[in-house]
Amino acid sequence: MNDIPLSYSLALSAILFAIGVAGVVVRRNAIVLFMCVELMLNAVNLAFVALSPYAGVQGQVFVFFVIAVAAAEAAVGLAIMIAVFRHRESLDMKNFSLLRW
Amino acid sequence: MLLLQEAASAAVHAAGAAEFPPGKPWLGTEFHPVMPWLIVALPLLGFVLNGALSIIAARRALPKLPPVGDPSYDHHDDEPAVAHAAAPAHAYASVGAGDASEPSEQEGHDAGTAPHPVDAAHAHDVHDAHGHDDHAHDAHDDHAPAGPKPFTHLLPSFIAPGVMLAAFGVAVANFLRMKAAAPHAPWVHSYWDWMSVGDLHVGAALQLDQLSILMALVVTGVGALIHVFSVGYMKEDPGYPRYMAYLNLFCFFMLTLVLGASYPVMFVGWEGVGLCSYLLIGFWFKEKANADAGKKAFIVNRIGDFGFLVAMFLLFWNVGALDFVGVNEALEGSILPFAGPVITWIALFFFLGACGKSAQIPLYTWLPDAMAGPTPVSALIHAATMVTAGVYLVARSNVIFGLAPAAALVVAIVGALTALFAASIGLKQWDIKKVLAYSTVSQLGFMFAAVGMGAYASGIFHLMTHAFFKACLFLGSGAVIHAMHHALHSTHKPADAQDMRNMGGLRKYLPITFVTMAVSTLAIAGVPPFAGFFSKDEIVGAAWHGAAGGSPLSEFVFAGIPGSRWMLAIGVVLSIAAFMTAFYMGRMMLYTFFGANRTGDEERKHLHERDWTLKLPLIVLGLLAVVGGLVNVEENVPLVKSFNFFHQGEALHRWLDPVVEPGVRAAAEHARHIPPVDPEWWPIALAVAIGLGGLALAWVLLSRKPLGDAATEPAYQGGVEKALYNKWYVDEAYDAAVVKPVQGLSRGFARFDMGVLDWLVDMFGRLSQMFGVAFGRLQTGQLNTYAFVLVVGVLIVLGSFVAL
Repeated sequence: MNDIPLSYSLALSAILFAIGVAGVVVRRNAIVLFMCVELMLNAVNLAFVALSPYAGVQGQVFVFFVIAVAAAEAAVGLAIMIAVFRHRESLDMKNFSLLRW
Repeated sequence: MLLLQEAASAAVHAAGAAEFPPGKPWLGTEFHPVMPWLIVALPLLGFVLNGALSIIAARRALPKLPPVGDPSYDHHDDEPAVAHAAAPAHAYASVGAGDASEPSEQEGHDAGTAPHPVDAAHAHDVHDAHGHDDHAHDAHDDHAPAGPKPFTHLLPSFIAPGVMLAAFGVAVANFLRMKAAAPHAPWVHSYWDWMSVGDLHVGAALQLDQLSILMALVVTGVGALIHVFSVGYMKEDPGYPRYMAYLNLFCFFMLTLVLGASYPVMFVGWEGVGLCSYLLIGFWFKEKANADAGKKAFIVNRIGDFGFLVAMFLLFWNVGALDFVGVNEALEGSILPFAGPVITWIALFFFLGACGKSAQIPLYTWLPDAMAGPTPVSALIHAATMVTAGVYLVARSNVIFGLAPAAALVVAIVGALTALFAASIGLKQWDIKKVLAYSTVSQLGFMFAAVGMGAYASGIFHLMTHAFFKACLFLGSGAVIHAMHHALHSTHKPADAQDMRNMGGLRKYLPITFVTMAVSTLAIAGVPPFAGFFSKDEIVGAAWHGAAGGSPLSEFVFAGIPGSRWMLAIGVVLSIAAFMTAFYMGRMMLYTFFGANRTGDEERKHLHERDWTLKLPLIVLGLLAVVGGLVNVEENVPLVKSFNFFHQGEALHRWLDPVVEPGVRAAAEHARHIPPVDPEWWPIALAVAIGLGGLALAWVLLSRKPLGDAATEPAYQGGVEKALYNKWYVDEAYDAAVVKPVQGLSRGFARFDMGVLDWLVDMFGRLSQMFGVAFGRLQTGQLNTYAFVLVVGVLIVLGSFVAL
């Protein structure tokens, strides 16, 4: 298990996180946006796990919390999206500006 | 003036040495007052009860509102409201198509005044409409209310005079005890601690001494009579309970004023009577002129009150006490130098306060306008009691004025000038109440001349006799106006019920009013042996006495002229004023009660005296105007002195001596030597000649030419008469000198406020709005944009960490 250097894992985590951020900034589709957010969360999870041999078991414990929160978030987020879709027939983020001034 | 020798020079020697050893307070048998707080509390009780009744009456007069939550009103909103407005339902059934037998203040008065004949006269009356109180009689005999009176209009008739009579009884009981005990020191009792700040300790304290009990007797006695008169005069007015509540409240404050043991307590009464004066002048506030007159009185009095306050501050700062006993003790201990600037300013500021309350030059203009109130109010507040508060203040502060001879001379000079000035205006007024109003100002000037010259007891004596005969004259004029109003109302003739040109020959129709007013006229004109003769003669005599060098002020040089010269001038001015007094009073009596009647043929049938409540106070006051002077008759006058209450000559002087003696002594101690002045008889002869001469001249000059009524007789002929009729244009001058500049200044400030300050405030608001709109554009509502900005921000923060 010690074959893979830490830097590889962290680099992968950073790349995944950057892809997630880029997706959130660039994409318009709400579901894709959502998936990008998940991507960012999992990039963080990867960093936690990769660092846990050096920093202790807390990192791995924290990953479980993140997974639980992400699951709850996914449930609520998807419910909102279904509700929005029923009204708007669209999931384009361009249309989601109702609360603007 | 015989007693003046005693009052001035002998106060130190004779009185001080023989009976009261100097420096050691002489004590008679101990004086135990009988519940003196009742004198003050009883009118307050009357105010509370009558006030409650007036609130009940006002509530009943409101149209009935639907009960809250009544479902039946939710469905048809309009209908019930109309029904209730049309029929204000209460017990006091009103007949006569909207005539004012309705006791409701809201509707009754409106309904009653609208078709009023005298109101029509207001509109095209040549002179100003102030001082016409015709509204007391809206409901009259021809349209008497059919139903029984509601209790709100019945009870005040018993409560208001009742509490005053009871207070008078308590005052009499205390007076008798004091007379028996003859205490030399005042009785002071603090009921509770009112203010305690630093060195300032003011208790809610009453003081009973010879001066305050005398004032309390006058206030409660004359007050009770005027309350009785008010029952007859005002009982048909829709605002009757309110009127009686105000009148009781006034008596409460007036008694607080005279019985208070310190300047702050006195100031409470001082302000309170001013408030009640304002409320009662503007009692018929629905007419703008009346409301304006009330405001004028209140505002002019504020100027005087400012003086009172400054004097109190100065007194506390320099003397350290505000109660009368403490102040007198400190001043007699020479805490302030004789005739120094501080004591002079204190005295002058107190006099400014007195000028406001007692209508002296330059603050007298409010008093003639105050005639807009009901006539009993004019009698009680603006003749007998409140306006004499200034005289009481000076007499009460006799030590201060004794130590400030310059201020005392100013008081005397202003008083004498006011006496002359007001008397001259009184010569050419047609409104019967205006004549009496200027007469009051003039007589107050006499009182101030007296107290200014150090003849405190003479001033208080004139205050007392003036309360009798002037209250009688005012109530008599009220009875005349009452009768005139009913007569004019019977045919709805649009004539002024207060204009003497519409009267004439009334002695046949109003015999009791005529006799009592005639007696009072003789009294005010100074015809012996009526009350005014003794008191006025004493004042003028004090001036002659001082002119001969017999007063401590005689040798005091003021403005480069010795005091004796000033006093000579004061004596001459007062004599002329007394002559004018006799003349205008003779003119008033002549035009009102003699000659042919000018009211109108049809109206004349309705001229008669009505209620016993209107007659009884007149009779009592008339009697007092006859015998009131005997209380202070001089020692040398044979026989008469045995008839007065005290069975001794100069009784009032002896009575007041413990109170005013410190002031006289303070002045006399610093005078070099007061030569004894022999009493002379020519001033008395002169006084009699002036009184009779003025009346006779009026008779001879004015009875020759028959007078037309107000419609035909011109108000004035020639330049002097025009100036007199227009009150020397003083109101106009004040208007130009004070009111107009203040209004101009106010307009300037208003323009600055609206143009600059408001603009600035508006600009701040508009600027924020502009910023809001500008920054609002940044909010696109696009999640991607926000995320992008977030990332950029994070990158910048991270980048800055790396860079550092």
